[in-house]
Amino acid sequence: MKILGLLSLLATHLSANSVNIEENAGQFFSSGHTNNWAVLVCTSRFWFNYRHVANTLSVYRSVKRLGIPDSHIVLMLADDMACNHRNPKPATVFSHKNMELNVYGDDVEVDYRGYEVTVENFLRVLTGRLPPSTPRSKRLLSDDRSNILIYLTGHGGNGFLKFQDSEEISNVELADAFQQMWQKRRYNELLFIIDTCQGASMYERFYSPNLMALASSQVGEDSLSHQPDLAIGVHLMDRYTFYLLEFLEDIHPASKSNMNDLFKVCPKSQCVSTPGHRTDLFLRDPGSALITDFFGSVRKVEITMETVNLTDPIEQVEQNFVNEDLQKESYSYVDQLPVSEIIHQFPPLDVTG
Amino acid sequence: MVCAFNLCVIDQLLRGQLAALSIAVVVIVVGVPLWWKTTETYRAWLPVSQINELSNLQLQLSADVEVVFARGTVTPEQQKKVPLTRTQDEEHSVDEDTALRYRYETRYRTATIMEEDALDQPTAAEADLSLHTLSECPCGSLVVYVIPESSSLLPQDVDVYIGQRRTALLRIGGQIRVGKTLDLLLAHLEPRIKQVLQVMSFSHTDITAALSDRVRLSPGNKESIADSMRTFKSSPGYEITFSLLNPDPKSHRLHWDIEGAVQTYIQPLLTKLASVANFSIDSQTLYYAMLGVNPRFDSSLGAYTLSPDSLAHMINPVEARLGSNAASSNPVLNFLLYVPDAQHSPLHIHDSKKQEVPTNAFHSPRWGGIMVYNVDGFYGPEAVFPVDLNINMAKVMGVFLAQLRLLLGVQSPNAPSGFLVAPCSRTGLADWELDRLMWSRSVENVATATTTITSLAQLLDQIGNIVINDNIAEQVSSAVTSLQLAVAELEAGNLRFALQYSKEAILASERAFFDPSLLHLLYFPDDQKFAIYIPLFLPMCVPILLSLLKIVSDARQKRREKQAKKD
Repeated sequence: MKILGLLSLLATHLSANSVNIEENAGQFFSSGHTNNWAVLVCTSRFWFNYRHVANTLSVYRSVKRLGIPDSHIVLMLADDMACNHRNPKPATVFSHKNMELNVYGDDVEVDYRGYEVTVENFLRVLTGRLPPSTPRSKRLLSDDRSNILIYLTGHGGNGFLKFQDSEEISNVELADAFQQMWQKRRYNELLFIIDTCQGASMYERFYSPNLMALASSQVGEDSLSHQPDLAIGVHLMDRYTFYLLEFLEDIHPASKSNMNDLFKVCPKSQCVSTPGHRTDLFLRDPGSALITDFFGSVRKVEITMETVNLTDPIEQVEQNFVNEDLQKESYSYVDQLPVSEIIHQFPPLDVTG
Repeated sequence: MVCAFNLCVIDQLLRGQLAALSIAVVVIVVGVPLWWKTTETYRAWLPVSQINELSNLQLQLSADVEVVFARGTVTPEQQKKVPLTRTQDEEHSVDEDTALRYRYETRYRTATIMEEDALDQPTAAEADLSLHTLSECPCGSLVVYVIPESSSLLPQDVDVYIGQRRTALLRIGGQIRVGKTLDLLLAHLEPRIKQVLQVMSFSHTDITAALSDRVRLSPGNKESIADSMRTFKSSPGYEITFSLLNPDPKSHRLHWDIEGAVQTYIQPLLTKLASVANFSIDSQTLYYAMLGVNPRFDSSLGAYTLSPDSLAHMINPVEARLGSNAASSNPVLNFLLYVPDAQHSPLHIHDSKKQEVPTNAFHSPRWGGIMVYNVDGFYGPEAVFPVDLNINMAKVMGVFLAQLRLLLGVQSPNAPSGFLVAPCSRTGLADWELDRLMWSRSVENVATATTTITSLAQLLDQIGNIVINDNIAEQVSSAVTSLQLAVAELEAGNLRFALQYSKEAILASERAFFDPSLLHLLYFPDDQKFAIYIPLFLPMCVPILLSLLKIVSDARQKRREKQAKKD
């Protein structure tokens, strides 16, 4: 009897171990992505749209905290709130009243600022059709194994999103842009979050595979802002993004929360509008997609088992002495402005070359 | 003008009708075509029929194999019949648009005296070396030497030895007696030679993996998914960055001869791969770069350990501090050498079975590799800090080279049992491995270029508003030409040319697809179109239409009056 019990214990232990290994291997392959990108866009300008910039910066902060590096984030802010002359606390953008959380820290890297945030630039970033002189930090260099998070916020309507008070992007254009991304295999899976009025209309027209979309309000509803701060004088955040940020603060890089938890963020009682989501184009089950698949950057790693046996000694790199002629040219500064003479009325010094 | 009243009225009427008619004629004959021409977008001519042909891809890959019979494998009568050539075709249909055909052309012959001498060497490696000096095997082809069963070149349990160039030694099986007929002998050898070909040239799994851009196949076994996720996609250039991370400059002053090491160990490999891609190398040293994870101290080993779960979180904190070349958009391979600080030395990486990893390194798919280099053994407790330390670059570069091979897709999958693969040559890359890479890269480039061109054509067809400039049409035409040439060269078996043409095709197609002028911004919903045209055309068209109608009704009335008069 005892032997049987021991044997059964051993058997279950072994099977549990093998299940563990299978699970880990399974997770390696379940998401199919090797890198993460984020495109975060705030489309409104003017001081009273402070909350949109705060929205975008708080998502930026969460995404950075969970591991996506700046080189993989394209941040587009249509206006500069931190250095706006109406900001009573310059160089800060707060996301919580009583100025608890400054989301504009020391290391914010804005890629498209001010008037560079246009529909054209946004579509160029998504489709990759940028002029050859564009630097690397302004490009979305994703490949077929990248998971991309796209976050848009601003003022919107039924089927459009307003950019900079002068132009708009329609849901058809956005759907076509995503289709072009799919054609060129520029993403593995894409999560689209939009926090505007009537946001659900923006994802109605999507038709490319592997897209998941969340919006803060349905068609015909307005997304409302959260709380004003009396010292700063404007509303600091929108409700949906406020509760999204609260939810994301609980997520750490090793967390196993999945998308179904994300859909529950900000129910009608808190948000007043009804958040919506769309998963019919997403091939995996949303319950198996982790939050960190899109918001974080959990790398897959493999142990290196092999090594190449190198036995040659290092060749000494020969120094070239051909550039002696160049060394003969000596450089000197142009005569600098004699500050000490001008300001302090010192007599001119003898300058030896 | 003085005229009789009736005549004036009729004259006026006629003049009015003429005026209305002529305006209508001008509007319809001149105005409408003019408006059409000036509002149409300029679209240069694209070779649409050829592009549609390319969307249906029929690839043929040809491999040449030379099978050389050494002394003792064939009888003298068979020897007379032996110089012969056989061709074999294998068809696979991948999906409804893609079909593959593999053509193996096998030439059989007997060994020359010099080759016999070379095969007389004591070990397989030496035989391989002397066989190289005899003949130069062209790119994409193989030579298989069939040696008798009794030969002592290969160890007991090994049947096939794969050399460093393009040769293989195959031991004839015991079940075939020398006396049997030639056909039986060839039939026995055929599947084994095919096995060798699958390891050294291309196998169906490799080629279908290379076609992944065209064909989203349902995942096969886990190993093939891992392989496809790990290797970088085909790109015209890569950037390689070597970084030395020193979190503790107060204790360790590290010296690494990175220039010399790169020149000696890495550059030969990259020169050999020059036909596949361009590489640019840079290096940097980062101070005070900490790990993102806390290693645990294992008292039984007297060392700090890193478990495999924590490895995944090591990369992100460091990546933010690694720079990259702002000017190029090529993929970057990062190789990091981490020297642990004095408090946390020595630091070992453990695998999932809690065993110490001999290389002390790990890599991340499509990113690069990290190696932990312990220096605590080089100085005692009485050393004066900071200690000057020289890093053993041969050991470090050995690991980095292995990781580089994995990430570039050079590393071949596990060979079947009974195969013995020669260790890497000085350059780190065997010739047949280069051939393998060239096969899969050519196929991948052709697949990607065809998808790009066909989707571009589809896009331009769908959206009528996009302007197609002449340079785009030129790029598309040149891409189509290069693709056709690449497919033809693959069919003929000229691997090097096929790769070159496929690279040109990719460059041209990418340039055409990602041209900045192809931005479709002009989406006009129908109601907006009406809103623009109605205020322009309606005020003009309404009087014309009304007058035309009036003319027609007048004519009809006159005809009725005439009819009434007649009757």
